[in-house]
Amino acid sequence: MAILEANGLTKRFGGLLANEDVTVKIEEGSITAVIGPNGAGKTTFFNMVTGFYEPDGGDVILDGKSIKGLRPDQIAERGITRTFQNIRLFKEMTALENVMVGTHSRLSAGLLGILFNTKKVRQEEEKARVEAYKLMEYVGIEHIANEAAGSLPYGLQRRLEIARALATNPKIILLDEPAAGMNPRETVEMTDFIRKLKQELNLTIILIEHDMKLVMGLSEYIHVLDYGKKIAEGTPEQIRNNPKVIEAYLGKSATEAS
Amino acid sequence: MEMNLLKNKEVPLLFTVLWIAVFSGALYSLDKSVIAFMGVLFSIILVYYTKGSNLIRFALGAAVLLLIIPLVAGDNRYYMEVATQVGIYVAMALGLNIVVGFAGLLDLGYVAFFAAGAYAYAIFTTSQANEFIPGDFFPLSGEWFWPFLIIGLIVAAIFGILLGLPVLRVKGDYLAIVTLGFGEIIRIVFNNLDKPINITNGPQGITPIPAPELLGIKMGTPFYFYFIVLFVIAFIVLANVRFEHSRLGRAWIAVREDELAAQSMGISLLNTKLAAFATGASFAGIVGVIFAAKQTFVDPTSFTMNESIAILVMVILGGSGSIPGVVLGAAFVTVLQVQLLKEFSNFLHGLQQSGLINLPSQLDPSKFQRLVFGVILVLVALYRPNGLIPAKRKKDDIDSIKQSKHFGEQQGILAKVAGRK
Repeated sequence: MAILEANGLTKRFGGLLANEDVTVKIEEGSITAVIGPNGAGKTTFFNMVTGFYEPDGGDVILDGKSIKGLRPDQIAERGITRTFQNIRLFKEMTALENVMVGTHSRLSAGLLGILFNTKKVRQEEEKARVEAYKLMEYVGIEHIANEAAGSLPYGLQRRLEIARALATNPKIILLDEPAAGMNPRETVEMTDFIRKLKQELNLTIILIEHDMKLVMGLSEYIHVLDYGKKIAEGTPEQIRNNPKVIEAYLGKSATEAS
Repeated sequence: MEMNLLKNKEVPLLFTVLWIAVFSGALYSLDKSVIAFMGVLFSIILVYYTKGSNLIRFALGAAVLLLIIPLVAGDNRYYMEVATQVGIYVAMALGLNIVVGFAGLLDLGYVAFFAAGAYAYAIFTTSQANEFIPGDFFPLSGEWFWPFLIIGLIVAAIFGILLGLPVLRVKGDYLAIVTLGFGEIIRIVFNNLDKPINITNGPQGITPIPAPELLGIKMGTPFYFYFIVLFVIAFIVLANVRFEHSRLGRAWIAVREDELAAQSMGISLLNTKLAAFATGASFAGIVGVIFAAKQTFVDPTSFTMNESIAILVMVILGGSGSIPGVVLGAAFVTVLQVQLLKEFSNFLHGLQQSGLINLPSQLDPSKFQRLVFGVILVLVALYRPNGLIPAKRKKDDIDSIKQSKHFGEQQGILAKVAGRK
């Protein structure tokens, strides 16, 4: 059953059609890639699914219910979380605190509870701290728990961002270029890691990526966008041989030459 | 070398104790020695950086504030007045620290909430309230001061939410301008709300506001206000400390650092910002009540934009988001404002009267307050851009996390791993 459906999503920025009638179905527990040349509208698509942009047309359906028009925080609460193309950590906070922020909507402490430091609040905090630390262990970065997030090396920041996203206890995680700026060895590690997320946590993963080796090796299904429109979908094998996709990436003469 | 000492909290205990002894002794024997008084105030900073357990430092700080200052300066109205004024600004700056320092919302109209608290107490404890409430229930007596600390808090918090709802739709520079506008609007409304119904008595202001009263004792002298302010600061510091490392505090800082990422973590921007606004406002409200009772008179001129800016300067100078920093910043700016420049001009006047120098009145240092502020701010921006004591996140004790009784449990998404194995 499809856990997430985008039906005919359209987004206009002035005269530019960033997404036009994009329809995508995502199966529960799958790894799906959204690919396309620069400016194809991949991130716009992510932004509509996560509520950062309100679609001009179409609908987003999570578990059979429309989530269109909800705010990003409401969508996050319903189980869709994301990472960002240009890492967005809370730089001044420690790494552990970053992950703890992810538990926000599952905690209940309010102004008065915190002010009077009630037993309930203390307990909730302790649990959240433990959970955050164990998530860091799971992601393999517990050794930097007390470092300021902004001072971490790039690869660790990527992992921390994923740990933080996992702390929201999501059903679906959207990864926007998780391997951007990584060397081949790090990319392989990231590939294995994403596969582990799917297998062990039963997560539904949607990713945007330019590294074709990662995309082809990892994803079960691929959607291709070009100039805001979906031009193809299919298994990696189908996409690899799709003339429209080759044309979008390499130009028309490339298809003729082959 | 000196910086190193400060950074590592390594002032020897003996030195601090000696310092306190020397300056409090000096303050006691030399009447009205400004240097001695400064020295005593400075000892609080020394205590903060003294080597030793938290308990020792806490005890030392409490001894200076609760015993030494009232004992050696208690009979001097002027010093208690200055100390009280420092306290009032410390409390306000700590409130603004939640809005600006934690949540990163540049609020230039903060003094409006201070005004709300002050007017709430002023209106109902004078006959002013009879002007618009039928019957003859007012004025309330000074015993009402204590419940009004809470009422002022609530009134200001409501002001904060009402103001925040429209204002928090904009951010950054726009927020600064809009809050500045709203701050002025509130002052002007108070200035004009003497007709058609006389609520605030307009530019004439409201007087006589009664001093606090407890069990029949009138507490109208700076000596009493000093303790009241100290009590309120203790409460506000405690609140700041608790909020800083809580679910809400993390949400505030997350919003400050990156709104988009905060939202995708499930943090509601509007609720989080409103909570910051209301909390900051409510602290200003409490201080407003104290201010009204201390001055026995309020009028709109006490709540100008300059006040808002002065409080903001305290926060930024001390270290936005840093509790000790903000306390230091507020104390420093207030002392500079009410004492140092004034003393310096008195000193020059003295020289002039004895004929040593000829100082035209335009060059009177107390007229250069803004200039001195500006120079200090520029220097801080150049050499300590994060403030005198920059904010720092507390490190967590990893061992205690591992020893937690919850460490064996699988929570959140990790429960699924356990389920599958």
